[in-house]
Amino acid sequence: MLTLIIDLVLTYISTVAFGIILNIPRRALNTSGWIGLLSFLAYKLYLMAGGGIVGGNFLGALLIGILSMQAARWLKMPVINFNIPSLVPFVPGGQAYQMVKNFALGNSGVALQYLLEVAEIAGAIAFGFLLAELVNRLQARIMVRFSSKWRHERHRNPKL
Amino acid sequence: MASDRGQLVLKTALQAGRIMIQNGSEVARVDDTLTRIAQNAGYPDSKVYVTITGIMMALSSEGNAQVEPIKNRTIDLEMVTRVNDLSRKFAAQDITLTEFNDDLDDLEAHPNAFPVWLQLVAAGFVSATLEIVFRGNYHDALVTFLIGMLGYAVFFGVNRLARVRFLSEFLAAIVIGVLAIETVKWGWGNSTDDIIVGSVMPLVPGVPLTNAVRDILSGDLVSGIARGMEAVMSAVAIGSGIAVILQLM
Repeated sequence: MLTLIIDLVLTYISTVAFGIILNIPRRALNTSGWIGLLSFLAYKLYLMAGGGIVGGNFLGALLIGILSMQAARWLKMPVINFNIPSLVPFVPGGQAYQMVKNFALGNSGVALQYLLEVAEIAGAIAFGFLLAELVNRLQARIMVRFSSKWRHERHRNPKL
Repeated sequence: MASDRGQLVLKTALQAGRIMIQNGSEVARVDDTLTRIAQNAGYPDSKVYVTITGIMMALSSEGNAQVEPIKNRTIDLEMVTRVNDLSRKFAAQDITLTEFNDDLDDLEAHPNAFPVWLQLVAAGFVSATLEIVFRGNYHDALVTFLIGMLGYAVFFGVNRLARVRFLSEFLAAIVIGVLAIETVKWGWGNSTDDIIVGSVMPLVPGVPLTNAVRDILSGDLVSGIARGMEAVMSAVAIGSGIAVILQLM
C-alpha cells in the first residue's frame, strides 16, 4: 500500500518533469501530472487484480487518451500537451534496456524474448490510443448532435 | 494575378503551419488550422498539403500555390499551443489578419521556453523518479538524479553545437553508460542496470512516438512513417550508445 502511494507521487513528479523538458505551457503542467497519476493508478490496480502487463498498458493508454481529450476540451489546448508527458511512466524502459544489454553481451535468445515483450507493450499502448480516439470521436458526434453549445464551438474553434 | 490579401493569407497560414510542425505538432492539426485560417479570412476553398518536411498551400481563387520547406525540428509544445490560441482569436475575430501575422513574427522572435537549469533539474527528476517506479531501488535514486541530469546536459549541449539529434543522443547514452559503470565501481551506486534505465528516460523520443501513432491513425501515412522512423532512429542511437559501453567495459 505504501509503495503504491509512493509510486503514484513519483509518477506525478515524473510526468510534470517530463512536461518541463518538452516545454508544455505552464497551466497544463498540473493537469498532465494528474492524468499520468490516474492512468498509472489504473495500471497498478489492474496488475494487483491479477492482470498481465499487456492488458495493463492497454488500459493505461486508453485512460490517457480519453482523459487527455477531456482536459484538452476543458482547457482549450492541443491534446498533445497532455498525452505525451503522461505516457512516460508506461515506456518499457526496463525491458528495452535488458534487450540492448543481452544483444551487446551476445545472448541473442534472451534478447529476442525482451524484444518481443517491448513490441507487445508498444502494440498495447498504440491500440489503447486507437480505441481512445474512437471514443473521443463518438463523444464529439453525440455531443454535436445533442448540444447546441458544442455545435457552436465546433464551427468556431480549431481542432484540439 | 494574386491579390495582396490572398498573398497575406498564404504567408500567415504557411508561417503558422511551419511554426507548429517545427515545434512538434501532428500533421492533422496543422492541416485543420491552415484550412480554418483561410476560411476565416474569406477563402472557403483552400487546398492544403502538409508533411513534416514541407507544406504546400493554394487558394482556389488565386493564381499561385506556395511552398514552405521545414528544415529543422525541435520540441517546444508551448509554441504549438500559442499558435493554436492565435488561430482561435482570429476565428473569433479578436485580431485581424495583419495582427495575426505580426503576432507570429513576435512569437518566433521571443520563444517562451523554460530556463535551461530548470530543464536539467527536471531531467534529473524524471530519471530518479522513474528509476524508483520501474526498479524500486531507493538507494540509487540520488546517483541516478545526477547522472540523468548530466546525460541530458550532454544531449542539450551537443544538440546546440552539432544540431544532429541522433548524434547527441548517442553521445549522451555513452556518457550515461560510462558514469553508471564508474559510480558502481566507486561504491556510490548498487546496480548499473537500474542507474542506466533511469538515466536514459529523459532522452525517450516521446513526441515522435506519439505523433507517429496519431498521424498514421488520421491517415497521414507519409508523415506517420517518417515520424516512426525518427523515433526508431532515436531508440537505436540510445541503445547502441549503451551497447558500446557495455561491451567495452
